[in-house]
Amino acid sequence: MSDLALGAIALVAAPLLGGFLIGLDRRLTARLQNRAGPPLLQPFYDVLKLMGKRPMACNAIQGICASLYLATSILGVLMLVLGQDLLVLLFIVALGAVMLILGGFSVKSPYSQLGSQREVLQMLAYEPLLVFMVVATYLNTGSFSASSILALDRPLLLAMPMFLVTQTLVMAIKMHKSPFDVSASHHAHQELVRGVYTEFSGMQLALIELAHFYELVLLLGFVWFLWHTNWVVGAVLALAAYTTTILIDNVTARMTWRWLVTFTWTWGVGLAVANLAAIYLTLRVPR
Amino acid sequence: MGIFSKARLRSPWILHFDAGACNGCDIEVIACLTPVYDVERFGMINIGNPKHADILLVTGTCNRRNARVLRNLYDQMAEPKAVVAIGACALSGGVFHECYNVLGGVEGIIPVDVWVPGCAPKPEAIIEGAVMALQRMEERASGRRASKEAEDG
Repeated sequence: MSDLALGAIALVAAPLLGGFLIGLDRRLTARLQNRAGPPLLQPFYDVLKLMGKRPMACNAIQGICASLYLATSILGVLMLVLGQDLLVLLFIVALGAVMLILGGFSVKSPYSQLGSQREVLQMLAYEPLLVFMVVATYLNTGSFSASSILALDRPLLLAMPMFLVTQTLVMAIKMHKSPFDVSASHHAHQELVRGVYTEFSGMQLALIELAHFYELVLLLGFVWFLWHTNWVVGAVLALAAYTTTILIDNVTARMTWRWLVTFTWTWGVGLAVANLAAIYLTLRVPR
Repeated sequence: MGIFSKARLRSPWILHFDAGACNGCDIEVIACLTPVYDVERFGMINIGNPKHADILLVTGTCNRRNARVLRNLYDQMAEPKAVVAIGACALSGGVFHECYNVLGGVEGIIPVDVWVPGCAPKPEAIIEGAVMALQRMEERASGRRASKEAEDG
């Protein structure tokens, strides 16, 4: 299949899959709380409804930030599917996250400001874990490109098992799941109202939701790459990581940002560094 | 009916404002979110942010202080939007209507689409009120579109 066709398929299929999985999340969460829950297609209804709202922007920056956040998420998915450089992919996705934060900072609402500050702390918590994973992949394949993983004859997970745990952690933080939802929450009220999303409305919020669909697929894609030799096992791993974040979300309460940063920088980074050390000691990589 | 109209009917996000209720109505509003009534079945979420909300549920009487807040919340909601006044107090001031500081019900401060009587109304009545408000909101939204199309020729 040509790269163009593959990219086009990913462009259309990723938001459909992401939205469907978020619908599954809301349904599963409702079942865990002994409720019936919304229809599976609810995330799509929400996005369409938000697109139909009359625009109410606070400034011109907000719309640009939301659009760039979506654009970088799409680019991230495309780069992963087309087997591009993982390090560059990380920087592009981080740029999108910074755009969202800038959009939050551009409005002088205390909720938006505080939410954005906490979003920065969330980035501080998960970014090192992502970079460590790419470094571990490099030690195994001798290349930063995602396509070099596919050339490998054994699953990456055997060499880097701890990164399944850290990727689950990253997914939970990125998707604002409890106990890591310090900057914004998808459920219930909190002291920040809607945190970093507070001042986005209508079409801008719809773009951000769409970006979430892409971002979820991207994060699950990272997990899938841990067992690329058999796509069923890879998909099961990704789904297991996703279900774990939903379960953790439902049995824990939100913690403070201090705890978040301390936890990820001790346990998360600790596991990642231990795994990196093990790879470095055992594997002799052909350069 | 367009795809946006369909989505609008299936995804009403709710903002609940307690103007000055005795908390009886508020408990009934919160009860709608519990597993017994579970309004998320209809896509309703208690969003708590006027900029994201479609339907404003108001309980309690209005006085000079909270009338400003209520007006502000209403103005911050993006069109199309709807307002539901819940309980005797939000309708007319209820048992508080002769208090020195009470202005009366919600009507007069902001336009109300649906009135849900009761002291306190049952959760079933509140859900029905929200659904009726949703229909009125949609009629208004599509009516505006129809008139705009007529203008454009």
